[in-house]
Amino acid sequence: MRHHLLFMGKQAIRMILLLACVSIIAFFLVSVSPVDPLQANVGQAALGSMSQEQIGKLEAYWGVGTPPVQRFLSWASDFFRGDMGVSLLYRQEVSQVIGAKLSNSLWMMALAWLISGVVGFALGVLSGMREGSILDKVIKGYSLLIASTPAFWLALVLLMVFAVWLKVLPIGLSVPIGVEAGSVGFWDRIRHAVLPALTLSITGISNITLHTREKMIEIMGSDYMLFARARGEGGFGMFKNHGFRNVILPAITLQFGSISEIFGGSVLVEQIFSYPGLGQAAVTAGIGSDVPLLLGITVISAAIVFGGNLTANLLYGIVDPRIRRGGGSL
Amino acid sequence: MKEKREILKIEGMNISFKQYEGGFSKTNLDVIRDLDVTVHEGEMVAVVGSSGSGKSLLAHGILGILPYNASLGGRILYQGEELTQEKKESLRGNEIVLVPQSVAFLDPLMKIGPQIRKGKKDPESMAKLDGIFQGYHLKKEVQELYPFELSGGMNRRVLVSTAMMGEPRLVIADEPTPGLHMKMVRRVMEHFRELADKGAGVLLITHDLEQALEVADRVVVFYAGTTVEDASVSDFEREETLRHPYSKALFRAMPRNGFQFIPGTQPYAKEMPEGCPFAPRCGQCRENCRKEIPFRELRGGKVRCVNAV
Repeated sequence: MRHHLLFMGKQAIRMILLLACVSIIAFFLVSVSPVDPLQANVGQAALGSMSQEQIGKLEAYWGVGTPPVQRFLSWASDFFRGDMGVSLLYRQEVSQVIGAKLSNSLWMMALAWLISGVVGFALGVLSGMREGSILDKVIKGYSLLIASTPAFWLALVLLMVFAVWLKVLPIGLSVPIGVEAGSVGFWDRIRHAVLPALTLSITGISNITLHTREKMIEIMGSDYMLFARARGEGGFGMFKNHGFRNVILPAITLQFGSISEIFGGSVLVEQIFSYPGLGQAAVTAGIGSDVPLLLGITVISAAIVFGGNLTANLLYGIVDPRIRRGGGSL
Repeated sequence: MKEKREILKIEGMNISFKQYEGGFSKTNLDVIRDLDVTVHEGEMVAVVGSSGSGKSLLAHGILGILPYNASLGGRILYQGEELTQEKKESLRGNEIVLVPQSVAFLDPLMKIGPQIRKGKKDPESMAKLDGIFQGYHLKKEVQELYPFELSGGMNRRVLVSTAMMGEPRLVIADEPTPGLHMKMVRRVMEHFRELADKGAGVLLITHDLEQALEVADRVVVFYAGTTVEDASVSDFEREETLRHPYSKALFRAMPRNGFQFIPGTQPYAKEMPEGCPFAPRCGQCRENCRKEIPFRELRGGKVRCVNAV
């Protein structure tokens, strides 16, 4: 019990430190960025026609005159009390904006995460078990090709094929245009999430496939696999008995570690598909100097990625008997 | 001695590896060149050779689990019939079993019981394993352990148990006692002796001559990929009854016979001399050692030396 408390305590401290670092770095980057919030959000022409008084008001609103350290500290102290502030662009509570965007993105990212995990694992295992075969060469070749393809280019190609030529999937956004919010169905949301999710998973698959393949090759060359063959095991039975349980461990780490990549990829992909998700909001907030929103998104994303890694660690302890029973340190 | 049935007869086995050197030039590396071993029913034969002489490959060759870039030549007869790859695949783990060196050859993530049963859960396999464990004084709870939880004493018995799940006619033990003290070694060896006494043939592959002499019936001396002598254990009581100069050198190197060693090392597979591989280190080497040397009968044993008398 004490062991578990200690572990949780350590993880909590780690998370707090991580979030502090991430928010400081994000804030530092925004404050040194050359973007002038007034010019970016109000526009050159509008600014020119404003009185000095009006400009002064706007400057105060965007916090132009306030020293950065003071701005950060006031944000941080509010954040600790659970107040994420008000988004300067959306004029809504940051927590509300993030909630709305996240519920859009979560669909798409979860879909991409599951597809890339399951397909990548299956391909990696198949390829690794038959190293050197035609199947292995095809899978490996495909993975390497995709791994060197930029995600945005792939997104554009998919968009052209499925939305423009075949016209089977919507060209963008997360819901149909001109439909009342209440009557947007589950199916509509799925249809709009397919292309972005597909782009993200296609690029994610290659990474997971290549890593799983490496692990599988290592397992196939291990002494215990040699002995299993010497005992007359082979084919699927050998995979079921020894391959699966040994390859699933690194796969868990890989799968939960890949959350960060899905997050990173979503920023680009959402931009291309005009998908109003967290990634797009992050871009808008960054370009528009919406510091509270940007910091909010950064912290939430970091927390989710950290949570993924933590989950992988915890699952390891459950799945691996050497940790579970051996009482080894996590 | 009553003539017993031959379980395993290997004639002129050779195992070579394809190797690519600096791009596209392909060479064949002969690791085992000329190996002859016969194991009879109820007999325990030890193949003794120093490390790096390719002994483990002998086991892998019999079981058909050589790596893909290896090729196997020569003849292997199992109970008088050619042992083809298909036959190996159907017999291994059942009639022909391997006892590995250590628990590193067990899947670290699979419990002992299910692992020995190869995942089978039928009452017959369950009962069989329970019986085997009883015979080796292993508690039933051991089946629920993972390999890393086994104690040193259990390790060996668990490994031998893996061999008992089938109906072993031929047991191949590959260095079954690395780093164990003499008392443990004796106990492990007793398990193999028991198997042989029940009628199986046991092929013990080891680098430890003294250990082999304690339990085996016959010793086959293996040097640089070839078998140089096939002798009964009693031949090792005196130097004169041995046939090959290398066996004699091994004899003199044993602690009880003076711990004398001969200079030089076993030649590497790539730089194998013509003719007798032991010639460069042999005191009695003559001109006729430089050509092909047959494995011939001599005084009830066999020797691969033209000058042995």
